[in-house]
Amino acid sequence: MAEESKQERKVCLRGTNLTKRFGFGRSQMVAVDHVDFQFYESEIISIVGESGSGKTTLAKMLLGLISSSDGDIYFQEQKRDIRSQKKKKEYWKNIQAIFQDPFSSYNTFIKIDEVLLDCINMRGGKKLPHAKKVELMTEACSFVNLKFAELTNKYPFELSGGQMQRLMIARIFLLKPKILIADEPTSMIDACSRATILDMLLALRKETGMTLIFITHDIGLAYFVSDSVYIMERGKFVESGTADSVILHAKEAYTKRLINDVPKIHEEWDLSTV
Amino acid sequence: MNNTIKQVFRSPKFLVGFIIFSMILLTAVIYPVIVRDPPLAILGQGTFFEPGVYVSTFDTFQAKRYKLDLEDAATKRIAARLGPQERQDLKAWLVTAGVPEASIDTSDTTALMDLWVNTYDPAKSEGMTSAKRNYYERLDLSLKGILGTEGVIIATTNAETGLLEESDSFARDDFVNLNQIPVVRVLPLGTDNFGRDMLTELIAATRTSLLIGFVAGIVATSIGLILGLMAGYIGGIVDDFIMFVTNLFTVIPSFVLLILISFSIGQESRGAFTIAVVIGLTSWVWTTRAVRAQVFSLRNRDHVNLSKLSGHSIFRIMLKDILPYIASYVVMALILQISSGILAEAALSILGLGPKTTEVPTLGLMMNWAMIYSAHVTGKWWAYIPVLVDIALVSFSMNLMNTGLDQVFNPALRE
Ligand SMILES: Nc1ncnc2c1ncn2[C@@H]1O[C@H](COP(=O)(O)OP(=O)(O)OP(=O)(O)O)[C@@H](O)[C@H]1O
Ligand SMILES: [Mg+2]
Repeated sequence: MAEESKQERKVCLRGTNLTKRFGFGRSQMVAVDHVDFQFYESEIISIVGESGSGKTTLAKMLLGLISSSDGDIYFQEQKRDIRSQKKKKEYWKNIQAIFQDPFSSYNTFIKIDEVLLDCINMRGGKKLPHAKKVELMTEACSFVNLKFAELTNKYPFELSGGQMQRLMIARIFLLKPKILIADEPTSMIDACSRATILDMLLALRKETGMTLIFITHDIGLAYFVSDSVYIMERGKFVESGTADSVILHAKEAYTKRLINDVPKIHEEWDLSTV
Repeated sequence: MNNTIKQVFRSPKFLVGFIIFSMILLTAVIYPVIVRDPPLAILGQGTFFEPGVYVSTFDTFQAKRYKLDLEDAATKRIAARLGPQERQDLKAWLVTAGVPEASIDTSDTTALMDLWVNTYDPAKSEGMTSAKRNYYERLDLSLKGILGTEGVIIATTNAETGLLEESDSFARDDFVNLNQIPVVRVLPLGTDNFGRDMLTELIAATRTSLLIGFVAGIVATSIGLILGLMAGYIGGIVDDFIMFVTNLFTVIPSFVLLILISFSIGQESRGAFTIAVVIGLTSWVWTTRAVRAQVFSLRNRDHVNLSKLSGHSIFRIMLKDILPYIASYVVMALILQISSGILAEAALSILGLGPKTTEVPTLGLMMNWAMIYSAHVTGKWWAYIPVLVDIALVSFSMNLMNTGLDQVFNPALRE
């Protein structure tokens, strides 16, 4: 991607020196270690790293679900301020997530209807007539190939893993956030559903123009979908840049190792192995 | 939800506990509706009447009389007159009189009596103290009296002359029909030291004790739940403060605290409800700790994160995303708190620090009374054994329910 076009685009999320430490004293460990990044609007970013490299921890900091030990986060070039519940709610209208494990992402005691209604309410649709709400939910479900009529009055645990993750995407469809963090959304589900989920995510991004931050341990997938790639090793970004520059011209040994783990990187991408 | 309840009732331990507990509860609720006597009413003019059917003697005299010819009537009367002590005494005399010890069977009343009537002779009592000799003569006389045939004469004082006049007489073969006697009182568990009907009192006490347990359990569990939720979910300074207070209460044994508070409230203002609240206020500590630990492990779960991302308030997250996940645990804690509340009341009352004695009986107070009047020393078992069994059954059934629940909710514990 050309340098000047990058200049024109707006930065939507920027981090400087972002750090997260867990524990105290001897048992302290640095999960995210002074990382810097800038994510542009409408971009697809991949954060790639092996298990335990701190990807989920970084995502939770970006989402404001855990506090950072050090460093700052800028949202739309303003220093992020989420100190009150109200400001948090406002921030979460802009940034949403799909978590790694669909089976633990839902409250087992809450029906699917309520999960979707919460999204409509969050978008200020609380006062809409019931029929309109049902219409919105039906639309969201059909976007991810689910039938709302079949889901209504059911509990999330009655769905399969793939269906749960699709419902998550339906949630995002209703929320239409500016930024979506997808934390290995396909790692816990069967191979057949993976391609579908990925397709749906990309389709949704195309439709809403949101920034998609894609977290994965799979560098091949990152190459396939993203504009920029960040390689994460033990809490640090060891390499970053456009997908082509990072993956086709990898400098770091760690990146090369990640690439070698995926046998068909230079060949045609086979979605079913994602 | 329904499924869980079904599963719970399929657990044999829970079911047994539940049945025992419901039966106790039902008895405590239904009995007072049927038997409307005030539980603290004093019936007996004396202490510790034995369990049994009490028949009005006056009514027996008035009742219609029937003649029944029963062969074993005399034997039965003798048998009732001869307690284990008397039987031993008879045997001792017979042995001194030269009867071989092996041929005496104290349990066979007829044989023993035959032997006695044939052998006894006051002249053979030589070598005994005169008190002993007199004792045997009196015993012999009363036994012979029972073996006799004469009846009893009832005399009444003539109001005019002031002389006794025969008004009625009873023969040995006179009978009355119990159904025709208007005043009969069944005291299945006898009376206590004050002469109160033990059964009525026991059931009223069970009810009060259960209420005390419920109030104490609900107070303790609510405090524990609220503090535990706040400490676990909000964390930070709130957690530090709550844990500071909790640690403070952990260091002071709660029972000592309970004793001190009960003592300082004073006998007069210690109602059952006050005691229940005080028990609750001193026993929330471990619920707080347990709930906090559970919430700690829940608050970073993804479903909680998702709820946050949906803009829900802290209160709503605690109520809808945390509470349902620990509900089974809280129910178990509540059951344990109720049963330990009942035991705490009993322990306090035995120490004389229980609710004041004038209003309601409690299981602990009944134990206390039985102890003060040395029922355990004098062998008045009906004054304390039923109370003990009751306390044991209540706490056994609740613990059984708890174990059952534990096995359903912690599959790792299932055999
Ligand atoms: N709440 C926590 N307390 C202590 N340590 C934590 C906590 N959360 C994460 N860690 C540690 O931080 C490190 C990074 O964890 P993280 O979940 O971010 O890894 P990840 O890159 O998402 O891995 P994966 O691909 O397996 O999801 C791990 O070593 C983990 O043990
Ligand atoms: Mg992760």
